[in-house]
Formats: sequence, structure tokens, C-alpha cells
Amino acid sequence: MSFDNAATAPAIAVRGVGKRYYIGHRARPTTLAERVAQAIKHPFAREEREVLWALKNCSFNVARGDLVGIIGRNGAGKSTLLKLLARITEPTEGEILMYGRVGALLEVGTGFHAELTGRENVYLNGTILGMRRKEITARFDEIVAFAEVERFLDTPVKHYSSGMYVRLAFAVAAHLEPEILIVDEVLAVGDSEFQRKCLGKMEEVAHAGRTVLFVSHNMQAVSTLTKRTLVLDRGACVFDGSTADGIAHYREMQAAHADTAAAYGAPPGTKGNHVAAARAITSDAGGTHRWGKPIRFEFDLEIPDVASTLSFSFQVVDADERSVSHLWCFDRDARFRRDAGRYRLAFDVPVFRAAKGSYTIRTFLSDRRTFTEFESLAQLCPFTVTMEGIERQDYNWEAGESAYLEDHSWTLAQEGSSDAPQHGGFHG
Amino acid sequence: MTSVAPLRLAPGHRNVGRELAETWQARDLLYTFADRDLRLRYRQTALGVVWVVLQPLIAAGIFTFVFGTVAHMSSEGKPYMLFTFAALTGWNLFSGILTRTAGCLVGNAHLVSRIFFPRLILPLSVMPAAMVDFIVSLGMFAALLMIYHVAPTLALLTLPFWMLLLAAGAFGTGLVAASLMVQYRDVQFVLPVATQLVLYASPVAYAASRVPEKWHTLYFLNPLVAAIEGLRWSLLGTEAPSIGSVAYSSAVAIVAVIFGVIVFRRMERGFADVI
Repeated sequence: MSFDNAATAPAIAVRGVGKRYYIGHRARPTTLAERVAQAIKHPFAREEREVLWALKNCSFNVARGDLVGIIGRNGAGKSTLLKLLARITEPTEGEILMYGRVGALLEVGTGFHAELTGRENVYLNGTILGMRRKEITARFDEIVAFAEVERFLDTPVKHYSSGMYVRLAFAVAAHLEPEILIVDEVLAVGDSEFQRKCLGKMEEVAHAGRTVLFVSHNMQAVSTLTKRTLVLDRGACVFDGSTADGIAHYREMQAAHADTAAAYGAPPGTKGNHVAAARAITSDAGGTHRWGKPIRFEFDLEIPDVASTLSFSFQVVDADERSVSHLWCFDRDARFRRDAGRYRLAFDVPVFRAAKGSYTIRTFLSDRRTFTEFESLAQLCPFTVTMEGIERQDYNWEAGESAYLEDHSWTLAQEGSSDAPQHGGFHG
Repeated sequence: MTSVAPLRLAPGHRNVGRELAETWQARDLLYTFADRDLRLRYRQTALGVVWVVLQPLIAAGIFTFVFGTVAHMSSEGKPYMLFTFAALTGWNLFSGILTRTAGCLVGNAHLVSRIFFPRLILPLSVMPAAMVDFIVSLGMFAALLMIYHVAPTLALLTLPFWMLLLAAGAFGTGLVAASLMVQYRDVQFVLPVATQLVLYASPVAYAASRVPEKWHTLYFLNPLVAAIEGLRWSLLGTEAPSIGSVAYSSAVAIVAVIFGVIVFRRMERGFADVI
């Protein structure tokens, strides 16, 4: 194939793809014994089940060497689309054509095992991602250098800090050489320098003529990395065009939903450990919070599978997807580490200092020891902070002028003057 | 660059040739999984290797006491300990592969739901670990032979056949159990009970010849009878199973593998949605 038409050669063609799930099947047996009992009791009964189309009639093409962003709210169908492209599950209708070797990074460190050493995990994870052992050996030093974990190669990864863990996991994935790379929100983890490194690596991949599909909530990353973006909403592909327009479209959608979606409820049929509901209880109604007032964040956690180091935390994220605050419950004695059940976890912040602007919540539910991420949700519970009741002379409060406000006082003394200095300041 | 036909993903669409090629290309993954399982087993338990040796020794000791010493059953002129240990090597190979194959999907649920690889690699990767156990156990048996001053016979040359027979039967059954277990978790509780039953319905603790004549038809319906008797014959020179029973046993094993692979492949598309 010549170089000229390589630029326009297709990499992915998605044609009318849909994926159906059955949910809320209260009557559906989960054990063989129930199944048999049911068949005996109601031999002709048909299962009652509710249908959910996680993705419906989705079509698009991606040319080789393209870097395409995919954005959308929780439950818009992004994960389903990725799972289909990554061949984890099969479409219910339509067809997908892929031209070339596909590599999918749906989470960082798939298959990493806490008891195995860094070195062993590199091989384990690498082969799971589709590399040959020979390839891994050839690139081993490069991978380790990228991850900056040389000294800990023979330590079980359970002793790694989460930063080291993520770096090593991403390093393996980054050295995979598929013709089509599918990346999900892996950049939500790791420090900002590492995130930059990851973004750089993806750009490199795309420049090398390979195709990248990139799903993220991080608008900053999507806009620096991609020129074209798909926006999904409720299982449909509602926008396909330039990234700038795509992000604008997404923001409009967000704003339209903001009034109705101040509280979050998990979609019916959600399985495994998950956040069943989330609420931001602001000082005023309608998701408005007056600066400096106490705020409460409530989460209903559904924990069917107990994990010994189950951890929950969340970030308050501003309109540019920057985290302004991180709150956590990593307590060793937390009861949800011992007993399965439904819990309500409430966080109280006596003085909420985030500056004027609009915010959402991003949750993380994971198991520290095994590095299992059960669930991570973004764009929950949108609310706005106002400076109502707090006067500032001459300058109006502006959203975005700072991330948060400090209490401060100032002293003004005139040089060479014996007058007493003046005092003032700000106390929330 | 590549100008091969594109990969087509569509409902119900299968490309057997491509899948076979992919499975072959993923052979390193098979090695890695097997390596992981072996390492973890021997790293997490201090008794690792010792356990593999001890477990059949204890079991053989109990059978020897109950069936040999207490019940005075015949062991066809061989020391009872050797008699049961030989059969147990085969039984453990069978039950080891069956149990591990059956649990391989549920046990690796986090992988199955998050990444694609030829699914058949998972059950295949339990083989090496089971073989290692089998070889350790054979070594132990060789030591026992020396202790009891018993020499093996030429029948030893047929050992690979019995091994293959047991492994194939276990693999096929295990594939069906693995596929079922994804949907119905109680299969994992039923399975140990069922294997325990089959253990007593097989000539492990006693000789098949001790089973009363009138029960023979029913008894020999269990395909494991010929396989275990055959393995014991090859290791110890006891009475050989009849050609007919071996043929029956082989046919069942082949059918089990074919049926197992078909069921597994039919169900594998839905694994990630259910698991």
C-alpha cells in the first residue's frame, strides 16, 4: 500500500452499531438450582426483562493516523462503545470493521497481580495486552525507564505507591505497538507531570501513523490532543466534528442537564460495588451554594463484594475539569471493608472554600491492595458557588479568578509616617 | 502496511480460521498465565511443593487404612499404599484439571470483562500447572516403589496414553462447567460434591474387580473406571482394563472435549456481559 493513500485509508468503520442489555431481571435466576426450580414451576413462562440499549444506531469512520476524542456524560454509551471496539463484547446489531492490530487500554494495569514483582507484572500485563514475550524482553529497559521504577523491579507491586503502580502499568501499555489504539480515561490517575508524559506518548503514537481513539472527561486533554471529537448522549452519537465544536456541544448538554441532575442515581441493573446515589447538599436550593457556608456530600454505596482495603474518595472538580479538592474515607476499620451491604457515607465540610464557579464531583471506588477500580464516575451532582452576601468593593467576583479563597488580613503602613498602620482583610 | 481483510465484528459472526490463528498467536499468554499460577501457588504457601506431595500421601494413607487394613480389600497382590497412590496420581490429575478449568473464567472475571484475548487460552493455561503436579506426584510414586522394592513393568510405556485420556476428559467436562459457572454461580458448590461422589464411584481406593458382577454394567458406565485402572496397570502392573472399556472411555473423552469446546465457544461471546 502506498504512502499516499495510507493517509485516507480506513482504520475503523462503525456501521449502525447497537448494543442491548437486559436489566432489572428480578425474576432471572442466578443459580442453576433456581433455574431448574423455575423451569419446573413455570415451564412455559417467559422471562420478564427490561431492555436497555446502551448504544443505538451508532455510525462513524476513522481514517488511519487519526486521533479522535470521544466525550459524553456518564451512561452516554462511551464505555459500551469502547468495549465493542475492544472486542470484549459483541454488538447486538450493526457491524464494525477494523483494519489492523487493535490494542485497548480500558484501565491501567489490567491483570496486574499484587503478589507478583514489578518485573513479573510487566510480562504478565504485556502478554495480556497482546505482546509477545520476545517483544517485551526487547523493550524491557525502555519500559522500566519510562516508568522510573528501576530500583523496585523485584519488589511485589503491593508495596508500590499508587503513583509507581500507575506509571509502570502505563509504561507497559505505551510500548504496545498496535495500529489502532483505544484509550479510556487512564489519564485521570497519576500526577500532572505523568499525565503530560502520557499525552505526549499518545501524540507520538498518532504521529507515527497509527490511529488513536481517546475517551475522556478531561476536556483539556481532549482539546490539546484531538482535532476531531464524537459526542455521545444516551447511547446515540449526537455530534461528529471538530473538537472545539464538540466540546461546546458537550458543555451545552451539561448546562441543559444541570438543573435536573443535581443528584445522581445509579442506572438500574448496575452490578458490583458501586455508588448507588450521590448528593451535594448545598446551602441554597437548586444546587446553589453560598461561599463559605457548610456543605455536605452524601454517597449511598452499594457494596455486595467486601474488599479488605475498600476505599472511597471523591474530587470536587471545576468547569475546566481541574480538581480543586479531594476528600476521602480510607479508614482501616471502615465497616464497608468487613460487611457487605448498603451504606450511606456523608462528608461534612464546615467552611467550603471553593471560589465562585460551577463544580461537579468525580468519585473513585477501589480496592487499594489489589488495585481494583470498582467504579469511577465523573460529572456528578453539578452545583454552583456564589459569592452572594459577601461584598467586595469595586471588583465583582468572577468565576475562574482562583480555585479557592484564603482567609487573609492585610496591614498598610506608610513609610516615614508615624500614623498607625491600617488594617483590613477577608474572612469567610 | 497490512492489506489483510479487516476484522469484522458483527452479531453472530465467527471466523474460525482467524480465531485459530489468534489463539496460536496468543500462546505466549498461555505460558504467562501458567507461569503466574505456578509462581503464586508456590509463593503464597510456604508449604507449596510439600503440599503437592503430602496431599496424595495423606489421602493414600487414609484409603490404605480404611480399605486395606480395616476392610481387608484385595490390592491384587501389591502393597495397598502403592495400589491407591498409583490411582490417586491419576485421580488428582483429573480432578485438578477439572476444578481449575471450571473456575478459570470466574476466577479471572476482572480480565474477561476488561480486555480481549482468545478466551480458550484461560482453560488451556491450567494444563501446565496440573502437569507439574502430576510429575511431582510421579516422582513421589517412584520413591515409594523403591521403598517397597517393587519394580515397574513394561506397561509403564503406556503412561502417556492414560495421562492424555484423563486430561482430555477433565478438560472437556471443565469447559462445560466453566461456561455454566459464569451464569450460575452455584455450579462452583455443586462441583466439589460431584467430584467427591465420582471419586468413590471410581476404582481409586479399591480395585474395580471388587465391584459385584451384577453392578458391572452400571459401574463401567463411568468412563473413569477404565482410565484409572489403566493408569494403575501402567504404573504398577495390576490387572489391565478390557479393550472395550478403554475404547468406551476414549470415545467419551473425545466427545467431552468436542462438546466442551463447542459449548465454551458458543457461550464465550456473552461472558463479558454476564460475568
